[in-house]
Amino acid sequence: MEAFTLLEPTSTWDTLLAFWRFEDMNVLWVLIGSILLGMSASVIGAFAFLRKRSLIGDALAHAALPGVMMAFLLFQTRDPLIMFLGAVTSSFIGFFLIDWLPKNTKIKPDAALAITLSFFFALGLMLLSFIQGMDVSNKSGLDKILFGQAAAMTQADIKLLAYVTITILITVALFFQKLRLIAFNRTYAKTIGMAVNFYELVLALLIVMSVVVGLQLVGVVLMAAVLLTPIAAARFWSNELNHILILSALLGAVSAIISTQVSYLAPAMPTGPWMVVSLSLLFILSLFFAPQKGLLKRHLEHKQLRQKVAEENILRTLYKLVERNQQDQQDFNQSDIQALRSVPTESLQKTLKTLCKKQLIESSARGFRLTKNGLELATQLTRRHRLWENYLNEQAELTPEQVHKQAERIEHILTDSQEQQLQAELTNADSDPHGNPIPRQTATSGGKR
Amino acid sequence: MANNVNSHPPLTVEHLSMRYHHKPVLTDVSFQIPEGKSIAIVGPNGAGKSTLLKGIMGLEKTIEGQVKFFGESLDKKRLSTAYVPQREEIDWDFPINVMDVVLMGRHGHLKLWQRPSEIDRQIAEQALKDLKMWNFRDRQISQLSGGQQQRVFLARALAQQANLYLMDEPFAGVDVATEKAIIELFNKLKDQGKTIVCVHHDLNTVGEYFDWIVFINARLVAAGPAEEVLTKENLNKTYGGRLSLLNDLTEEMYRTQLNKAHDTE
Repeated sequence: MEAFTLLEPTSTWDTLLAFWRFEDMNVLWVLIGSILLGMSASVIGAFAFLRKRSLIGDALAHAALPGVMMAFLLFQTRDPLIMFLGAVTSSFIGFFLIDWLPKNTKIKPDAALAITLSFFFALGLMLLSFIQGMDVSNKSGLDKILFGQAAAMTQADIKLLAYVTITILITVALFFQKLRLIAFNRTYAKTIGMAVNFYELVLALLIVMSVVVGLQLVGVVLMAAVLLTPIAAARFWSNELNHILILSALLGAVSAIISTQVSYLAPAMPTGPWMVVSLSLLFILSLFFAPQKGLLKRHLEHKQLRQKVAEENILRTLYKLVERNQQDQQDFNQSDIQALRSVPTESLQKTLKTLCKKQLIESSARGFRLTKNGLELATQLTRRHRLWENYLNEQAELTPEQVHKQAERIEHILTDSQEQQLQAELTNADSDPHGNPIPRQTATSGGKR
Repeated sequence: MANNVNSHPPLTVEHLSMRYHHKPVLTDVSFQIPEGKSIAIVGPNGAGKSTLLKGIMGLEKTIEGQVKFFGESLDKKRLSTAYVPQREEIDWDFPINVMDVVLMGRHGHLKLWQRPSEIDRQIAEQALKDLKMWNFRDRQISQLSGGQQQRVFLARALAQQANLYLMDEPFAGVDVATEKAIIELFNKLKDQGKTIVCVHHDLNTVGEYFDWIVFINARLVAAGPAEEVLTKENLNKTYGGRLSLLNDLTEEMYRTQLNKAHDTE
């Protein structure tokens, strides 16, 4: 602890520079330690997440608290290994209780989790306040494991942390395929004779260990977030489990760097909340901006679809106008269109403009008319619309009144091959249930738009 | 070993009883199935068909009775037995692709830390080709249709290269192409002398798709070649309501633990 007096902060900037110049070797060690923890916790937490046992990490972290306190009470020492063993023991007792209660009593898994979590946490807090009332040396800092304090870690703490986290990462890498199999399909794993119970025990041990070594850095209360938030964020970016694991390890590492730094800049700040807040920010970024599954992308896609549907609807309306017109009229104005299809004037004008730009229609003083390309597309849509109406009428025995509304939607998503399949399955592919002719496929209309 | 396989039936169920909490699900079910045939387990909803399959595979506890695979316990015949779970039991959103799922079928043959070898990959490739899913090998499973998902599961079982296949409702909710592919697979497996046991729910197709039928409704109603047991009488017995007295009294027995109070067999 004496080492930190070297960093008499003059300004935030100076401290930041001092931090990154690693003038204090301890800073480097703590940074490495927290990066390792961020990585290993995210990777092992991923398996809890995938097995839908997300809350187990939270319960185990809380269950570790009384173990730490008991170890201190019994041995009157802050030796990291003794603290670690105490925490692992009580965490494991918690784990078995969570496992045992639902199997042998009427208590359901969620209740077992909640009961165990709060009981152990309460017990831990009780012991903590008891210790704080005692007259013993080196008790200060014990309360730091509630919210974590990176700056309070010693060399010995970090050595242990490094051993444990590296063990976790290597074990996961080694057993990756088996752990994935069990997470995906546990009963199947049993039927091919895999020692499922053994792997689950390994998994539990790894979770317990990563939770316990994380206590000083992140704290009991928030450990669960460090296990789960990285995988939840990474899930938005990829579908390959190994990519997801690597990404969540990276996210864990980034949040570790941020929070450790803050802990040095402002020693009064606990590390855990900073780690969780920075992770949550990364999660929110992923939620909105991930390329495939982000909310923004989904919104844009939906908007595009709406636009496409609006355009296609106008093309279809123009087609119907041409079809119904006796006098070979080709140009129609906005009121003609609105007479057949109710569209708000503003959006109609916007859509017409886009269609003109795409050269699917052209505008003149007489009104709007379909271009050659526009006519082809409109013919194809009409054909699909009426084929689908026929299909519903023939095969699903819906009335002509029912089929129109359905076909209005389906026409926009039918593909070429589905269209051909429809054609093949229909006995009548010449006219729709309302008596309108189904236009023939023109030579090029099956192609690209 | 090969001789052994021939002399014992692939699957023997003896006096199997199962329950859910205290409710009896199956009572004293015994049957034996022949090698190289396709067998359907048929019965109404809640008759205990899937439970029977799970009990056979040791996935759910049995209270009485035993199951023999080629005359041995399951643990000795793991590699000869492949199980296909119901599609609904799986989270199809799980981040994994088709090839990796099929390769899971090889893990019974691999040691603790081993990864699938080139040979394992070739076996998985053949299994995918047999089910016409090879073109989908890099797809995420979440992007598959119901029938394609079923075919991936069958390919995984095929990759196990077992002699006995136990399948839970492989025909449930699949498209025509998949139904055809499954029938083709059955014929191919039977030609190789392998045995297939399926939970099946469709009475219209059971006679056509299967050589043998096991009728179940909380107890065994009948078991035998399809042309012999597919009778109106058996159908009535299977689908004509539960034997409520049997169920009630067996439940009472389990509650009072009477089955453990008796000291004579």
